[in-house]
Amino acid sequence: MTIHASRRDVLKGGGALVVSFSLAGAPGETFAQGAKPLALTEVDSFLAIDAGGVVTLYSGKVDLGTGVATALPQMVADELDVPLNRVKLVEGDTALTPDQGPTWGSLSIQIGGMQLRNAAATAKAALLEEAAKRLGAKQGELKVVDGVVSAGNKRVSYGELIGGKSFALKLDHTKPAAGKDPKDYKLVGKPVPRVDIPDKVTGRFAYMQDFRVAGMLHGRVVRPPAIGATLESVDEASIKDVAGVVKVVRQGNFLGVVAQSEWGAIKAAEKLKASWSKSQTLPDAAKLWDEVRATKVVKDEVTMSVGNTAEAMGQAGAKTLKATYDFAIHTHGSIGPSCAVAEFKDGRLTSWSASQATHNLRKQLATMFGIPADNLRCIYIEGSGCYGRNGHEDAAADAALLAKAVERPVRVQWSRADEHGWDPKGPPTLVDLRAAVDGAGTVTAWESEFFIPQQTAGSFNVPLIAATLAGMPAGDDIAPGNIFQNSAIPYKFANVKTVCRRLATTPLRPSWIRTPGRMQNTYANECFIDELAAAANADPVEFRLKYLDPNDKRGIEVLNRAAALAKWDKRPSPKRDQRGDVVTGRGVAYCKYELARTYIAAVAEVEVKRSSGDIRVTKFYLAHDCGQIINPDGLRNQLEGNVIQTISRTLIEELKYDRSAVTSLDWESYPILRFPQIPELVYDLIDRPNERPWGAGEPAAAVVPSAISNAVFDAIGVRLRSVPFRPDKVTAAMKGAA
Amino acid sequence: MAQRKSLNVNGKAVRITIDDPDMPLLYALRDNLALHSPRFGCGLAQCGACTVHVDGKAVRSCVTPLSSLTAQQKVVTLEGLGTPQRLHPVQRAFIEEQAVQCGYCINGMIMESAAFLAKTKKPTEAQVKDALANNLCRCGTHARIVKAVMRAAGA
Repeated sequence: MTIHASRRDVLKGGGALVVSFSLAGAPGETFAQGAKPLALTEVDSFLAIDAGGVVTLYSGKVDLGTGVATALPQMVADELDVPLNRVKLVEGDTALTPDQGPTWGSLSIQIGGMQLRNAAATAKAALLEEAAKRLGAKQGELKVVDGVVSAGNKRVSYGELIGGKSFALKLDHTKPAAGKDPKDYKLVGKPVPRVDIPDKVTGRFAYMQDFRVAGMLHGRVVRPPAIGATLESVDEASIKDVAGVVKVVRQGNFLGVVAQSEWGAIKAAEKLKASWSKSQTLPDAAKLWDEVRATKVVKDEVTMSVGNTAEAMGQAGAKTLKATYDFAIHTHGSIGPSCAVAEFKDGRLTSWSASQATHNLRKQLATMFGIPADNLRCIYIEGSGCYGRNGHEDAAADAALLAKAVERPVRVQWSRADEHGWDPKGPPTLVDLRAAVDGAGTVTAWESEFFIPQQTAGSFNVPLIAATLAGMPAGDDIAPGNIFQNSAIPYKFANVKTVCRRLATTPLRPSWIRTPGRMQNTYANECFIDELAAAANADPVEFRLKYLDPNDKRGIEVLNRAAALAKWDKRPSPKRDQRGDVVTGRGVAYCKYELARTYIAAVAEVEVKRSSGDIRVTKFYLAHDCGQIINPDGLRNQLEGNVIQTISRTLIEELKYDRSAVTSLDWESYPILRFPQIPELVYDLIDRPNERPWGAGEPAAAVVPSAISNAVFDAIGVRLRSVPFRPDKVTAAMKGAA
Repeated sequence: MAQRKSLNVNGKAVRITIDDPDMPLLYALRDNLALHSPRFGCGLAQCGACTVHVDGKAVRSCVTPLSSLTAQQKVVTLEGLGTPQRLHPVQRAFIEEQAVQCGYCINGMIMESAAFLAKTKKPTEAQVKDALANNLCRCGTHARIVKAVMRAAGA
C-alpha cells in the first residue's frame, strides 16, 4: 500500500487541479478518467504546482527500472529552477497521465522528457511573466532560486503565483519553448543519485508484486499444456482438499483458480486436474530455419535502395561474397514474473499492472470486455525489470477476467513457468547477405534480405492470452514491433538494396524485446561488413571509416573514440600465429541507431578455448553519443545493462520448444549469464550539452553480438553466424573451416 | 486446516495463522507479515530473489517449508538487516555504487553478500563473483553489484 498512499499524498498536495481525485478510493465513486487534462498540447496535462511549491509531474513514460523516475524530474526541476526533492512523479495512469506512447524504443527522455521539458519551460515563462507583474519588475531583472522569483529584495514563490490554479497554456511540441541555455543547467548533466535506490535496498519499495487492495483475492492461471489445445473437462473435486479455494474459473479454454490466500491459489493451480486435447502447432525446432525460409512472404519492404545492385553484382571481374546469419528466439526473462490486480465494479474496471503501455492496455481491455474505454482505468506500478512487451498486459487480462468472475478484486501472480512459457517472444531472425567487390577491392554492391514476421499495420496490440483462450475479442494482430529498423546500412556503397521479407507467421506469439530488430539486423550487417574487411585484408575499423558518410562527423568520431579507448591494434583479422588452447581476439562494431539517432561503437575482447569452444568476453569497450546527457551515472548504468544482458543473449540464450509448447520453463532450461562470466566494462560517454538528448536504453545492445562474433573471428579465423554462440557451434564451425 | 505457527522474524517473536504447515517461508513473510523484500522470482531456488537469513545463513525462502523452522530460529529479511536510518554496510555500499537497475533481484544480492562477507573478510573479486554465481540478475547490474560488495568488504 505504500505506493498507493504516497500517490494519494502527492495528489492531496497537488492543488485544486487534482484535489478531487483519489487513487485509492472505490472506482465507482472517484473514477477520474477524462476529468484531468491529458492532451499532449496542454501544460496542465504534464504538470501542476501546488500552493506549497510542490511540482507534480504526470508522465506517460514510466520507469521500467531504467532510472527515468530520477532523470525526468531532473530535467523538469532544472528547467523550473526548483529542488529535485520538490518534484513528485505520477507515471502511467490513464486517468492522470497523457498518452506519450508506450515506454519503448529508448524514447523516455528523447520524446517523453522533451515534452515534459517543453511543458516546464512554457510554464516557467508564464510564471516569470506573472512574477514580473506582481513584483513590478522587468523580466530581465528576475532571478529564480528554488522556486522563488526575486527582483532586488522583492520575492514571490511559484506556490504563490500558481498554487491551486491551472496553467491553461497550450503546448506545441514541434516548436518547443526556448527554455534554459544548457550552460545554465544545474542538475542536467550531473550524476544525481537515483531517488528509488534507498527504498529498494532496504525493502521499503513497493513493486507491483507487493500491491494489495482491500478485499482482494489471489488468482492463478492454469495454461493449456499445448498451444491451441482445447479444454475438455475440469475435475473440481481434485482440489477439494485445498483450503480457501473460492472459485475455479473456466471460460472457453481459459482456466484459472481464485483463492483466499496466495499459497492456496498456487496449490489449487498445481493440483487442479483438467483434460485438454492434443495440439501440435509448432514447427520442428531442429528445422526452424528451414521453416522460416519456407514461410509465406506477405510483403517485401525495401528499406534502402541505391543504384542497381543486380547490375553491379553481374559486373565482369566482380567478386561476390555471400553469408547467412540467424538469431534465436528469446524470452524477456524478467526476474519477477508478471503480476497484476484488477477490480471490476459496476461495469467499470480498474487495472493495476507493470504495463509499459497502460493507454494501449486500456484500449485492449475495453475491446476484450466490450466496455467503453471511459469505464476503464489502467494504472502503472513498477514491477520487475521490463525489456519490452512481456507478460504484464496478459497478467492484467487474466486478473480482469478472474475479477469479473468472482466480483472481487483479484491479484494474479504468474509462476516462473507461466512467464517463460507464455510471455511473447522475440521472433527468430534470418538474414541473407551478398556483396560484390571489384578488382580494386572496393565494395560495389550490398544486398540483404531479412526474413522477419510481418507487423500488422498501425497496431502494436499483442493479442491478450486470456482473451484468446476465453474466446473473447482478442484480435489477431502480429506485433513484433518496428523490427525493420537498422536493416538499412550506414555505409555509402555505390549500390545498395536492403529488403525486409515480411513473413505471414512466426512460431510463437511475437513481441518486442530490448533493441528489437535493431539488434538482430545490426548483428548481421556488422558481421558481414567484417567479412568484407577480412576479404579485403583490411583493418576492420579503417574499412568501416572508408565507407561511412564523411559528413556524418558524429558517427566517425564515435568509431574513432571506441578504437582509441580500446587501444585498437590496427591490422586485418584474423590475428596471426596464435598458439595454445586459449586464443584471444578483438572485434569492432558500429551502429547509428535507426540511422537517425544515438551513435554507438564497441570493441569486444574475447578468449576462445579451442578445445571446448567456450567463449569468454574479457573486456568490452563502448563509445556512446546520445547527445545531451541528462544523468551520466544513469546512462552508464543503462549501458552496463545493455552490454551484460546482450552478452547473455549472444552467448547463451535460446528458447526451446517441442511441437506443442515452450519447454524452456525455468532458469535451468533457459540459462542466462552469471557473475563469473561478466567482462570488464570500459566506456567513453560523449556528452553534447547543446544537442538534443537521444535514447540510451537500447542502442548499445545493438553492437554487442557483432562485436563478439568479429572478435571470435579475429581469435580463431572462424565466422560465427548463428546466435547463440554455443560452444558446440563454435567447435562445429572450427571443424567446418579446417 | 488453519493452525498457528510461531516464528522469530527480524528479532521479534510472531505468530501467524496458516492452512498448510509446508507452505514456504516466502509466503508467510510476504503475505502474512507484509514484508516486501523477499521476492518471488521462480519458486525453484534458481534465482535467489527470495533470499533471507536463517540463523545467519542465506537461504532460499521459496523452498523453505515453515515446518522446517522452529520458533527459536532467527529469520532476518532485508528490512531487518538494516533500515534507512541504520543501514547495513552492504546496503550503504549498494547506494554508494548505485548498484540497482530494476532492483527486483537486489534483495537476494544483498542478503547473499551479507552472509558471505560475514564469513569472508577480505574477499577477492573472483570470490565475490563465485559467491553470487547462483543469484540471477536480468538487467545486467552485475558489475556494479560486484563493486558494491567489494566496497562493503573494505568498509
